[in-house]
Amino acid sequence: MSMFSLRHHSDLPLNKDPGTRFLPWLIAFMVYLAALSVVATSIMQSLSTRWERGVSDTLTVQIPAAASVNKDQSQIAGALKILRAHPAVVMAEPISRSHVLKLLEPWLGSGETLGDLPLPHLIDVSLRRSVEFKAQAVSDEINKIAPGATIDDHRIWLDRLVRMSHTLQWGAYIVLGLICLASIGTVFFVTRTGLAIHQDVIEVLHLIGAQDSYIARQFGEHSLHLGLKGGFLGLAAAGPTFGIFAYLYRQVDSSLLPQIDITPVQWAVVMTLPILSAFMGYVTARSAVMRTLARMM
Amino acid sequence: MVIVKLENVGLRYGVGAEVLRDVSLSLEEGAFHFLTGPSGAGKSSLLKLMYLAQRPTRGLISLFGHDIATTKRVKLPALRREVGVVFQEFRLLDHLSTFDNVALPMRVANVREKDIKKHVTELLAWVGLKEHMAARPSTLSGGQQQRVALARAVITRPRLLLADEPTGNVDDKLAVRLLHLLEELNKLGTTIVMATHNEGLVRQFGHPRICIDDGRVEQMGPLRPARGGAIKVEGKIS
Repeated sequence: MSMFSLRHHSDLPLNKDPGTRFLPWLIAFMVYLAALSVVATSIMQSLSTRWERGVSDTLTVQIPAAASVNKDQSQIAGALKILRAHPAVVMAEPISRSHVLKLLEPWLGSGETLGDLPLPHLIDVSLRRSVEFKAQAVSDEINKIAPGATIDDHRIWLDRLVRMSHTLQWGAYIVLGLICLASIGTVFFVTRTGLAIHQDVIEVLHLIGAQDSYIARQFGEHSLHLGLKGGFLGLAAAGPTFGIFAYLYRQVDSSLLPQIDITPVQWAVVMTLPILSAFMGYVTARSAVMRTLARMM
Repeated sequence: MVIVKLENVGLRYGVGAEVLRDVSLSLEEGAFHFLTGPSGAGKSSLLKLMYLAQRPTRGLISLFGHDIATTKRVKLPALRREVGVVFQEFRLLDHLSTFDNVALPMRVANVREKDIKKHVTELLAWVGLKEHMAARPSTLSGGQQQRVALARAVITRPRLLLADEPTGNVDDKLAVRLLHLLEELNKLGTTIVMATHNEGLVRQFGHPRICIDDGRVEQMGPLRPARGGAIKVEGKIS
């Protein structure tokens, strides 16, 4: 870690403290977890944005198979007429029987007997978000010409997914907050230990006229130095982890997991984590020392 | 000009008995005083009050005209920089070189490194330690450490120098040499208070004394005619 060494003058032998050895590793771990949390939050945000878009974009109309083909055709035509007349509908197209069978293949297989099954007819509908679409009212209207027709409003389950992703997002924020608190607590107690170890030196500095800020700055700079060391180490470790996750994510073939876009701003947040953690260490150490020294005359 | 003034000062640590009782004295600028008394009499405690390491339990202390009780805490470091202290055990920082130990008060005062180098080198030459600038205090003899401590105490040319038994750990020859150094500083205008057990030195150098016993100022005046400034001791209770 010598590549990150920062020259700074210190009257206190802080480099020899036991905390100096473990603090960079601890901060590295915290930054590693924080980087994962930030990326997880970004992914959740990306997914929920896409799902939210999907929520208001599509739905499916299901019409039960009728007794005759003619009746089927008239029911589908009637439903399409109602749907296409609605100002919120951009597109309404029946899904072909062959496509429905293909969708069912994973569950029912591809045997010839499938052709005899009374499968419902499906209409794929795309909506424009700017106009309100009251699913129940449209469903009632379609039911007049095609009894038993239902509207599978994707919004219901997509909305659940969106809510779940929001919950996970908040969970990631809470984890991030806890990581920050744990880091602050660690730096605080390491600093307090340093104060106890170097009490004699601090007393001498105090008695020869050092301002509290002079002593506090040395502890702060020491923490800043260790924070940068640990922070960059943690970030370096997070890089390969992102790579592995990205690889695994690409292996999952599901329409539920769309392509993830992490914005440059989100990457910038990840890249600045070592600096943020070092700055946090500086402020925490400095304020811990200032508080302790304030008790001296 | 009075630079240190104590009025009816009392000091106790925690809930224990008072270690200083009704101490009233004033020190004129340019004076040289010995602070004498048996062990545990309160010499170090009196010095601690003077170098602002301790607040009195009662009474008033004035340093360079500033009432310590009403002076804001943030202004105390500036007052401390006017006071040089040679501690009983020297209290040199063993992780720093002799040079850095002596430079410490200047660094604390934000003096430029260029000036620090010049002054510290000069002063170490004056105390005969120019060859030991890079040495760690633990590698120096008692006498050398004593001179490093003295150099650190005077590097910023303090108005008041307090020495807490600086001759306690050195032989008589070194003790006499230290006294000569202190007298030189005194001639340059530094007010000096030196706590000592060494009656021989007190007699030999004949400066006025502040005698403390059981926390009280007991007597004053030199064993020989005074050569330093005047000292007034008030509220003396024997």
